[in-house]
Amino acid sequence: MDLEYGPQYDEFRKEVVNFIKENEHTKLSGPARSESRVAWQQKLIDHGYFARSIPKEYGGYGGDMDIIKLRIIAEEFAKSPIPKPAGGQGIQMLVPTLLSLGTEEQKQEYIKPTLRGEILWCQGYSEPNSGSDLASLQTKAELDGDEWVINGQKIWTSTAHLSQMCFILVRTEPDAPKHQGISYLLMPMDSPGIDRRPIKQMTGDSDFNELFLTDVRIPAKNIVGARGEGWKVANATLGHERGSLADPNVTQNRLNSLIDLMKNETIDGERVIDKPIFRDRLLSIQGRLMAQQSNALRILSSQINEDQDANLAKAIVKLQGTELRHELEGLAIDAMGELGTLYEDSPHLRDDGAWQMTYMYYLGLIIGGGTNQIQKNIISERALGMPKEPKVQGA
Amino acid sequence: MYFGLSEEQKSLEENIKRYLAENAPLDKIKAVANGDDGEADSVHKGIIELGLSGLLVPEQYGGLELNMLFATVVSAALGSGTAPVPYVGSYVMAPLALNLAGSEEQKNKWLPKIAAGECQFGVGLSEYVGAREDAGFEFSNGKINGRSLFLIDGKNADGFILSDKSGGLYVIDSKTSGIEIVELTTVDKTRTSIEILLKNVNAELLEGSKDKSVIEKVLDAGRLMLAADTVGAAQVMLDKSVAYSLERKQFGRLIGSFQAVKHMCAEMAAELEPCHSMIWHAAHCQDNVPEEARLMACQTKAHVSEVGKQVSKTATEVHGGMGFTDELGLHYWFKRIGLNRQLLGSPELVREEAGKLQGFDQ
Repeated sequence: MDLEYGPQYDEFRKEVVNFIKENEHTKLSGPARSESRVAWQQKLIDHGYFARSIPKEYGGYGGDMDIIKLRIIAEEFAKSPIPKPAGGQGIQMLVPTLLSLGTEEQKQEYIKPTLRGEILWCQGYSEPNSGSDLASLQTKAELDGDEWVINGQKIWTSTAHLSQMCFILVRTEPDAPKHQGISYLLMPMDSPGIDRRPIKQMTGDSDFNELFLTDVRIPAKNIVGARGEGWKVANATLGHERGSLADPNVTQNRLNSLIDLMKNETIDGERVIDKPIFRDRLLSIQGRLMAQQSNALRILSSQINEDQDANLAKAIVKLQGTELRHELEGLAIDAMGELGTLYEDSPHLRDDGAWQMTYMYYLGLIIGGGTNQIQKNIISERALGMPKEPKVQGA
Repeated sequence: MYFGLSEEQKSLEENIKRYLAENAPLDKIKAVANGDDGEADSVHKGIIELGLSGLLVPEQYGGLELNMLFATVVSAALGSGTAPVPYVGSYVMAPLALNLAGSEEQKNKWLPKIAAGECQFGVGLSEYVGAREDAGFEFSNGKINGRSLFLIDGKNADGFILSDKSGGLYVIDSKTSGIEIVELTTVDKTRTSIEILLKNVNAELLEGSKDKSVIEKVLDAGRLMLAADTVGAAQVMLDKSVAYSLERKQFGRLIGSFQAVKHMCAEMAAELEPCHSMIWHAAHCQDNVPEEARLMACQTKAHVSEVGKQVSKTATEVHGGMGFTDELGLHYWFKRIGLNRQLLGSPELVREEAGKLQGFDQ
C-alpha cells in the first residue's frame, strides 16, 4: 500500500499550481465556440493540461499517458475557480472512438476542432422504441451512390441545438441479426431533412431533443468502422460515458456545501446540523461517500499498476455514484424543508435553486447513460457471471 | 502509487483461508456452536501456529511487528471462515494497549507470552463506548470494584484489559482473587462473550493510558477489525448466493437467470465491493496518516455494518427456505455480522462520534 505519488511528481505539481495561479482569473465570454473559449482550450492543450495524451498531429499535446499527472491536473484544477477544460460528448466519447477506430482522414478532420471546442457533437443513439434495448433501433440508412440516406427518429439527443455534428447509430443491414445490422455514422447537423424538437424536462430546462430525420444525405465516407460494426464501435464509447457520470471527488464538494448549509439553516433557531436525526443522515451519506472514494483509489491504482484487477470496482461506479448524489441533494432539500421547495426566482431561494435542480437532474442520470437497472444486469452478468435473461422469440 | 494488498499480505490471507477450509469446515463450526470446546481449542492452536497471536507484537518482544493492514487482512479472512477463535480483543487490542501504554515491566510480562500464544486476553471497552445496565467500575488504591459487560475474547482468558468511563486502561491477571466470570450467550456462537464482576481485585493502571490517544487508537483498531470481519463474512454470503443461484432451478430455469435474483446479487456486490477498499484505506490511515485515522475508523465501522446488515439479509433471501435452516448454516455468517455491528458501538453511536470528531457540534 502506497498512496504517495512520489517525489518525481512534485515538480510537475508545482508547474500546474503556478499555471493556475497565473490564470486563475481568466474570464471566458460568449457562448460555446466563442473566440475566448476556443483560445482557452488551445492554451490548456499547449500546456498539456487538456488532451494530454492525444497525439500532436491530431491537435493534442502529445504527452505520455501518465495517469498520475492527469490526476494531479484534475486535483489542482478542482481546487481553483479557474475555468475548467470543456467536456461534452464529442470530447468524452467521439474523440476516443475516432482515435481507436476512425480512418486517418476522419482523425485529421474532426479531432483537432473538437478538442478546441470549434465543433460540438451530439449523440444520436436512443429512439422512442429503443431505449434500454438500444440494439433494436430502427432508424435506417441506405447507400445511394456515394451518399447515405438516413430516415427515422432519435430521442434524448442532448445539446442537439448547439451541435454542428452528430455521431449516430443507424440500421444499414436490415436482414442481419440486430446487433450486427448497425453502423456508426457522422452526420453534419446542418444537413437538410433534420427537424429538431426540444424536450422540456422536469427541471424546466430543455437539454434534450427529438430529431426527426427525413432523407438526410451525408457522404458515404462518414462511417466509423465497417458496415454492420456500429454496435461494437458504440460500446467502446459507452464505457467512456459511464465512467464520467459520478466522480466521488465532485460529490465531496457537494457534501462540503451540504455541511455548510446544515450549519447555516435553522429551525426554531436551532441549527439543522444539531438535530440528531438530520446529523445522522448526513453522516451516513458521508460514510457511503468515503467508501466510494476508497473504491476510486483502487480504480486509479489499477490504471497505474497492470497487475491489479478492478473490473467489479469499475462496474459499480455509475450505479452507486448517481444514487448517492441524488440522495445527498435530497437531504439538502429536507434540511431546508419548505424553503427547499422554492425554485426559479422565488423570494427566500437558496443557492439559486441548485439543490432542487440537481436533485432532479441526478434522477435523470439514474435513468440516463444506461438505467441503473441495466447497470445491475451488467454487474450480475459481467462481474458475477450470472446468466442473461432468456431471449424472447422475435425480439 | 499502489492501492491494494502486497504479495505478502495476499499470501497470508490465502494461508488463513486454506487453513480454515481444511481445519474448520462447517461441521466443526456447528460442533463448536453446540458446545464442543475441544474443537475450538484446536483451531485456536492452529491460528497461533500461523503466527496470528504475535502479528502486532514488536520484534523485541518476540512478535512479527506487522502493521494494521496485515491485521485487517487477517480479520477479514477469519470472518470469511466464521473462525471460532479469539482475535480482535486478544491479539489486536490487547497487545496494542500494552505496547502503547504499558510500562517496560508490564510489556515484558505480557507481550512475549501473547506472541508465543501462551496467553489470551479479554478486552472490555463497552463502558467507555457506552455503558449498558449502568455497568462500570471504580479504581482506587490498586483495587477495582464494579463490573464490565461484553468483554471480547474473555472466556478462558489469562488476563483482562478494561477501560473505565474516561478511557483509563487497567490490566488484570485472571488468577487474581475476587473475579467472577459470567458467560454471556450471544446469537453468534462462533465467538465468546463474558461479563466480569470485580470485588477488590488487584489491578494495574497502564500509565500511558492517561493520554487519551491510547484508548482512541485501541478503539479505532478494534472497530476496524470488526468491520474487516464483517467484510470477509459478507463476501462469503454473496459468493454463496451467486453459487446457489447457479445450481437451483425453478420454473425450468436457474434462479440466477431471473432479474429479481440477479439484481439482489448486483446490489450486494455494488455495496460490498467498495467496502474492501474502505477497510484497506482505513488500515493505511492507522499505519501512516494518523490525522485521518479516527474519522476513517468510525465511518468504516458504521458503513460496513450497514452494508453487512443488508448483505446478510439479502443473501439469506436468495437461498429461500434453505437460507433459514441450520443444515445450510448460512446463519453463522449472518449472526457473526450481527454481533460485529453492535460491538464497540452500533452505527448510530459511532456516527455520533464521527460528527463530534468533525466539530459538527460546534
